[in-house]
Amino acid sequence: MHHWFMVTLVGQDQIGIVSKITTALYQGGCNLGEASMLRLGGNFTIMMMVDIPTGGKDALNHLLQPVAKELQLHLHLDAIEGLLHHHQVPNVRVSVHGADRAGMVAQVTSVLANAGLNILALESDVGGNANHPFYLMHIEGIATAGILALEEALRSLFASQPDLKVTLEPIETVVM
Amino acid sequence: MLNILTYPDPRLKNVSVSVTEFDEKLQAFLMDLEETMRAGPGGVGIAAPQVGRLERIAIVDVSSKPKISHHGRLVMINPEITDWDGFEMGREGCMSVPDYTGNVIRATKIRLVAQDKQGVSHEYSMEGYEARAVQHEIDHLDGLLFIDRLVSRRHDLFQRKVYESKKGT
Repeated sequence: MHHWFMVTLVGQDQIGIVSKITTALYQGGCNLGEASMLRLGGNFTIMMMVDIPTGGKDALNHLLQPVAKELQLHLHLDAIEGLLHHHQVPNVRVSVHGADRAGMVAQVTSVLANAGLNILALESDVGGNANHPFYLMHIEGIATAGILALEEALRSLFASQPDLKVTLEPIETVVM
Repeated sequence: MLNILTYPDPRLKNVSVSVTEFDEKLQAFLMDLEETMRAGPGGVGIAAPQVGRLERIAIVDVSSKPKISHHGRLVMINPEITDWDGFEMGREGCMSVPDYTGNVIRATKIRLVAQDKQGVSHEYSMEGYEARAVQHEIDHLDGLLFIDRLVSRRHDLFQRKVYESKKGT
């Protein structure tokens, strides 16, 4: 019987976070599913599917809490349905960049959501320097109402936000 | 219908040997291989090692895809890529790697020498979708899967066919 949890860990980046966390899980009999682990603004962040065969949330907490404390990481656990082997294939990629300002993500993603975009992955970065920061975002998703709808939506956004550089590119997947 | 090997089956990692006999057994195998390809989810390419036959044989047919240049059904025996030009990133999937697609860099244009089912040598120039499919299939003959060539989504700098929003329209 599988008991999947989404484990969230956040804390100041340092060497050994991934190895110590995953070793504790492995020694405790857990199995890992899909995960995203990356450094965001000096913090190391982990979102990771973990399957613990027995003991549930209390047992998982017991395994992870000592390591999280040692590494000064915030730990959060949610019971989830572990739906593996059901990947959705993105058919469109949207890239956005511009001078950093509040509201950019909200405006772009609202327009895209209204035009039927289901976001599968979004990654963004702040670059430049403190005086002249720029914002850069890559989105992969499924155009549920067609790519034309997204192009039209972005065109109208662009008319009101000419400072944004937005590119939309269909993703063709060659399946062999 | 032949059985498709799926990763992590170790046979997919073998280097295949050249074909020397262009006999009736080969013709029968080619028919079975093509039938198996057409039954697949994508159906545009297959290589012999994917069905456990470790010989340098592949079939590609991208003619179902509209608005691209292609050579129709292409039976490739002992294929060799002789020239590469340009590179671009594209997303690939494979019958031998179920439930996963990923980004891979391939040459935009290639020149290819391959024998047909009778053993006659031909030279082909191809690009884009068809060239990607052929490179993917020839990789199978060398024990390589597209997951051996994945590039990070996060550092994708190789866009093609960019549809840019036009200002003020």
